[in-house]
Amino acid sequence: MASIKIRAKAKGGVTTVKTLMSHPMESGLRKNSKTGEKIPEHHITEVTAEHDGKVVMTANWSGGISKNPYLSFKFKGGASGDKIKISWVDNKGESDSQEAAIK
Amino acid sequence: MNLLRRKFLKTATYVSATATVIGSGVLLPQRVLGAYNAEAFAAKDVSGAITGSMGSDQHTASDAIKLKAPDIAENGAVVPVTVSSSMSNVDSISIVAAANQSPLTSSYQLSPASEAFVSTRIKMAKTSDVIAVVKADGKLYSTTKQVKVTIGGCGG
Repeated sequence: MASIKIRAKAKGGVTTVKTLMSHPMESGLRKNSKTGEKIPEHHITEVTAEHDGKVVMTANWSGGISKNPYLSFKFKGGASGDKIKISWVDNKGESDSQEAAIK
Repeated sequence: MNLLRRKFLKTATYVSATATVIGSGVLLPQRVLGAYNAEAFAAKDVSGAITGSMGSDQHTASDAIKLKAPDIAENGAVVPVTVSSSMSNVDSISIVAAANQSPLTSSYQLSPASEAFVSTRIKMAKTSDVIAVVKADGKLYSTTKQVKVTIGGCGG
């Protein structure tokens, strides 16, 4: 599943990571306009970011994060070529992860 | 091998492997970095959201936190919010949208290597305050910005 795009750049001792994930991020509050039924909650609940195998950040999300969520964060250190891994888990237990090298 | 038997064996292996892992306690819910705090997300008010995600709702306004968000959000379904802080020892950051049904949009647990910076896009039901709460050295600090929303972002 290629649901995660990652761009990581190291500059001045700080690495900035930008990531875009494909996910409906349904809060469970929306109604299907035709049937009037509530569209079930289906959103990423947790995102884990790792640098060279160590967790640098964990994000906990509600359905209040926009569809196809964007996330950017920074951490100290990181050099060109280091591995960044982003993984997500959603409320249905689905998950995905992706690795990319820092530029 | 008979396909049905093969499928059965495959499922049985997965089930027993998972059972072993669960049994070994590795999958036990623990207060680890980022354990999902369902209570915080279920809170219907700002105070509950902050208490749930940060442990308390006592926070001091601080101008060492920069909250970047549009004055007017063209689309309430996609409101870019960036929280950054010059404070040191920031453990966690929470982003709260006061008028949403579940005010806590997200909570970020940082590691010692992290920079106090997080940027994402949130949904806003209507014009309201966006509050960035930062936990540094065990204390809570916050900054608030009102974002006007012309088209609500939660559907319905």
